[in-house]
Amino acid sequence: MSLSLTRLWAILRKEFIQMRRDRVTFAMMLGVPIMQLLLFGYAINSDPRHMPTALIAPVQDQFSRSLVAALENSGYYRITHPDAQPSEAERLIAQGKVSFVVTVPADFGQRLLRGERAQVLVEADGSDPTATSGAIAALGGIAESAFRRDLAVPEAAGPEIVVHRRYNPEGITHYNIVPGLLGVILQMTMVMMTAMALTREIERGTMENLLAMPATAAEIMLGKIAPFLGVGAVQVLVILGVAWALFDVPFMGLPALLLAGVMVFVLALVLLGYLISTVARTQMQAMQIAIFVFLPSILLSGFMFPFRGMPGWAQMLGELLPVTHLLRLVRGIMLKGAGLPDVLAQFGALSVMVVVLGALALLRFRRTLD
Amino acid sequence: MTVVTAIDVSGLTKSFGGRKVVDDVALKVAEGEIAGFLGPNGSGKTTCIRMICGLLTPDAGSGTVLGLDVRRDQRAIRRQVGYMTQRFSFYEDLSIEENLGFVAGLYGLPRQAVRDTLEDLGLTARRAQLAGSLSGGWKQRLALAACIMHQPRLLLLDEPTAGVDPKARRQFWDEIHARALSGMTVLVSTHYMDEAERCHRINYIAYGRLVVSGTVAKVIAGAGLITMTVQSPRPGALAERLRKAPGVGQVEPFGTSLHVTGPDRARLEAALAAEGVSGQPVETSLEDVFIRLMDQSQDNMQ
Repeated sequence: MSLSLTRLWAILRKEFIQMRRDRVTFAMMLGVPIMQLLLFGYAINSDPRHMPTALIAPVQDQFSRSLVAALENSGYYRITHPDAQPSEAERLIAQGKVSFVVTVPADFGQRLLRGERAQVLVEADGSDPTATSGAIAALGGIAESAFRRDLAVPEAAGPEIVVHRRYNPEGITHYNIVPGLLGVILQMTMVMMTAMALTREIERGTMENLLAMPATAAEIMLGKIAPFLGVGAVQVLVILGVAWALFDVPFMGLPALLLAGVMVFVLALVLLGYLISTVARTQMQAMQIAIFVFLPSILLSGFMFPFRGMPGWAQMLGELLPVTHLLRLVRGIMLKGAGLPDVLAQFGALSVMVVVLGALALLRFRRTLD
Repeated sequence: MTVVTAIDVSGLTKSFGGRKVVDDVALKVAEGEIAGFLGPNGSGKTTCIRMICGLLTPDAGSGTVLGLDVRRDQRAIRRQVGYMTQRFSFYEDLSIEENLGFVAGLYGLPRQAVRDTLEDLGLTARRAQLAGSLSGGWKQRLALAACIMHQPRLLLLDEPTAGVDPKARRQFWDEIHARALSGMTVLVSTHYMDEAERCHRINYIAYGRLVVSGTVAKVIAGAGLITMTVQSPRPGALAERLRKAPGVGQVEPFGTSLHVTGPDRARLEAALAAEGVSGQPVETSLEDVFIRLMDQSQDNMQ
């Protein structure tokens, strides 16, 4: 065993030349880490603030106003629906449009002045416990600052804030994580498998032959993605079965609605993968692009970090990811028992993605070798 | 419509990255003809064939393939053309029968077509074997089977016999001739001179341009070359000297003799006399003609 510097140098040089020739890989190695560092560094915030809140306060007096001011001053709450009806508030929290519903009873002010027990109800969307925990923890200080100083409220009888964690009273994180994993696991496997669809043909040299025969772009696309829809369906059943049997994740909504939603998501994923395979020239590139898409899908979708914690531009990016909509759909149906009207927006977003991705893939597909 | 020209294209031009790979090529192949397509590596044969079968869109040029417009009717052309790629391009993880079944499905052929083709090309016994485990000769048989199964009117073969043993090559050519007899037109590119001689007509392309076309005899006669065979006890040294002599084009050793070729008989004989040897005139080979054509078109390019 001897180490020859000449031989070592020859190998090193060859590797560098090849690295330089493979532009895409090179760009991935240098550009992607920087981009992702900046992107995720600025986007991710595990302590989200300014979360949309609905306020139910039949009597809008100085007491409810100072409570609202204290909530907003804490930085955690943003009253988006200042005069909500109970039924409306229920719908808003079920659809995930607000994270909190604050109810101030009509006799709240009177009770405070009389020194009686005065309660405020804060209902939190517990389907994502990490997103709301910071805001809930801040409530104690809020109550204090709201009434102790300015108003002539008797010392002993400060208001009591009652917190209800809806949908997940114990704040069990895997109620949130397991449905999310469904989306993330599907994203990883479906996109990667289909991203190889065309590049494999190109690398094995069978593409030329396939193109020389009379098959249309749509036939090739549908023929290639259909098997993966089947694979995806099996995966969905397995993951849901495990979630139900091993993790005791509650199953509130209609299973058929859930399955329908997830299958639209899977269709969007296989089309995304297929689109990648029309762009990539080698299987290696296809892999890299799939991973490139995968990272934001876990970081910006609300899977790992609260969606509401991200700045506006990052939320907009997140809205472009199929997983984001799937997470809302699955959490809505499984944990909140949402019905079709509640998740119609998610169905719509995923369907638009299916159409756009399919059209792009067909446009990208070259029927000739030009 | 009695005699249709299977391929009638002219002015075909194609550039890749600013480099003209095919430049103003005109090609005519009559129906039922076996046309040879020859030329050095990188001369544009594959690009031409791909343009003819609709896999590439020509930058310029026009014409018809099987009476269909080569630019507009690419889809219709694909249905009636069988194209055998230079590199084996069937699925190595599928068996012979599965590969043929796939092709049959794409052309909308009944299952019987697969069985008939397997039988026809002697593949029945191996039909369950994976394509990846086949030897070169069998792979080529499978590829041929797959591209003639739908009974195309025109067969385009891109160096079909590269790396195939002589017996398999001969069988392959017997197959091609049998198909031509039943009316199929064949355009085949090759580097083998014996294969070129099996073609009805040959077309020689170099540096993207069609240099000559015609029957083998006509091409040889048209080159106007004289070839002499010379015996010598030390052919190597003699060849070295003759190559430098005026009037001598190519000197090729054949065992202990040399084939000396030149354009002018008197000068060739003078060159031999200067070395103190005499030659016997022999027929100029197609290879000699091609090497001369290659040298000439290289000169034209510079």
